[in-house]
Amino acid sequence: MTSFPWQSAFEIREQVVSGAATAVDVARAYLARAEELNAKLSCFLYVDHEGALAAAAQVDRAVRGREALGPLAGVPVAIKDNLCTRGVRTTCASKILGDYIPPYDAHVVEALRASGAVIVGKTNLDEFAMGSSNENSAFGNVHNPWNLDRAPGGSSGGSACATAAGLATLALGSDTGGSVRQPGAFCGITAIKPTYGRVSRYGLIAFASSLDQVGPMARSVREASLLLEVIAGHDVRDATSADHEVGAYHAACSRGVNGLRVGVVRDQLDELQDSQVRGAVEAALQSLENNGAVLVDVALAHAKHAVSVYYLIAPAEASSNLARFDGIRYGLRVSGKDLADTYAETRGQGFGPEVRRRIMLGTYALSAGYYDAFYLRAQRVRTLIRRDYDAAFESCDVLCTPTTPTPAFALGEKTSDPLEMYLADIFTLPPSLAGLPALSTPCGLAADGLPIGLQIVAPPFEEERLCGAAQVVEDACGLLTSPPPAFA
Amino acid sequence: MAEPRITLDEVLHVAELARLQLSDDEARQMQAQLDSILGYLAELDELDVSDVEPTFHSIPMDAPLRRDVPVPCSDRSEILAEAPESEAGGFAVPLVLEVDS
Repeated sequence: MTSFPWQSAFEIREQVVSGAATAVDVARAYLARAEELNAKLSCFLYVDHEGALAAAAQVDRAVRGREALGPLAGVPVAIKDNLCTRGVRTTCASKILGDYIPPYDAHVVEALRASGAVIVGKTNLDEFAMGSSNENSAFGNVHNPWNLDRAPGGSSGGSACATAAGLATLALGSDTGGSVRQPGAFCGITAIKPTYGRVSRYGLIAFASSLDQVGPMARSVREASLLLEVIAGHDVRDATSADHEVGAYHAACSRGVNGLRVGVVRDQLDELQDSQVRGAVEAALQSLENNGAVLVDVALAHAKHAVSVYYLIAPAEASSNLARFDGIRYGLRVSGKDLADTYAETRGQGFGPEVRRRIMLGTYALSAGYYDAFYLRAQRVRTLIRRDYDAAFESCDVLCTPTTPTPAFALGEKTSDPLEMYLADIFTLPPSLAGLPALSTPCGLAADGLPIGLQIVAPPFEEERLCGAAQVVEDACGLLTSPPPAFA
Repeated sequence: MAEPRITLDEVLHVAELARLQLSDDEARQMQAQLDSILGYLAELDELDVSDVEPTFHSIPMDAPLRRDVPVPCSDRSEILAEAPESEAGGFAVPLVLEVDS
């Protein structure tokens, strides 16, 4: 058995269930590590000592009482701070919600509690999940545990960092255009963006409602798959939640890839400028082929328009969703000379620069005279992107691309030009626009030691295929055995 | 110099629609950044999509209806505790209408 803190969720549960360790001991050890290392990493906005110890004590009572124990009994989990936690501050890394304490739990938080998980804290993010580097947090930069001068990715950078550096066993993030996959790739862990509707959005503070999904993050494919199984399912409180049977994601990790047709988006791979990313992805494809998969070249002719489509649709939806932050019912209020002035002052001071920029872009794209030219046009091109996938999935079962064009870029490298930052999302945006499930898993390290991610995409509700294929890549690339050197 | 895709006046108009107070510097910077972003997004104009249906929902779904029965919701005092100002069991808002006394 590996030593703390690199034990898997399975190992921790086994010890708690067998009595070899108490959940309180596990929680104390993780809380102490979070307390020690968070000053260096800034991945947690809040470490919940009291809540974690209470949840752990409850698990221990259940063990002593020989009650049935959930699949995550005693497992420390970190939660992105845009997911509502009853009685625990939830900020979206925004000044406008700096002191907000939700009166209810998000669906996924309820599911975690029911599974016996121990919630250790709330993780940092780009404000309202808008960003790709976590530098848009109102409460400080998260650092990449593989190199502290590099970005952890975003927007779920805190969740990715906490998991990769062993401050939590598992984490939840949210993904609108790549926000679990890209930080997962940058921090060398596995992250899954489920099919739109697979996981309830109830209690996830909305960014772009036609794209947002909650996703699991873990240091192994099996753990991410288990966590997906815990949070997936129908929930009447989210009208877009799918009434569709939950798959056996964890079991699917053992199914292998024999005969699986793996689509390779050849022109995207050939045009990739970073030869190390290309090399690592080619090697992962080779390992899939060595294990019986059949590689098939496919084309996504309209994927190159995904950045434009996404940066019209997501800001448009955000401008509407964020209208609720008006200083009346919750959060910050900055009083002005009249009601309109109070709204404008509250929002002008409460939102950071990137959130303001997206609200402006979205409001513009939806405003009179521009709706057809921008928003509607983007939704039509979205159809073309979706159709490309429909056609590709006639000749393949899953489809592979890099998760990101480069390994983690430096903190500060892309902050002066918003457009430069948007272009880094080129591979994660197309599946989001099509609502498809997509997973990122490590497939190698660059020469400077930074992780590289492989993205696998499947048709709607075929997450099991992602788990099976990713496990083969993980077995071949073996990144698991080596956590970030500075934190090992 | 080419016409900007969005003028400073338009930026101020949109900021008013979005109820966002921007300082003069912020408005000027916003104008430059939005102009650059809109310039990139114009690449979509090269596609003829006049006969393509828009996708508003990526995964087809019906609007579900629930049974019209009361269910418990959050406690009012907990909700009001989060309001900047509350009074008499409701949210207190700044004066909207002038009232003759």
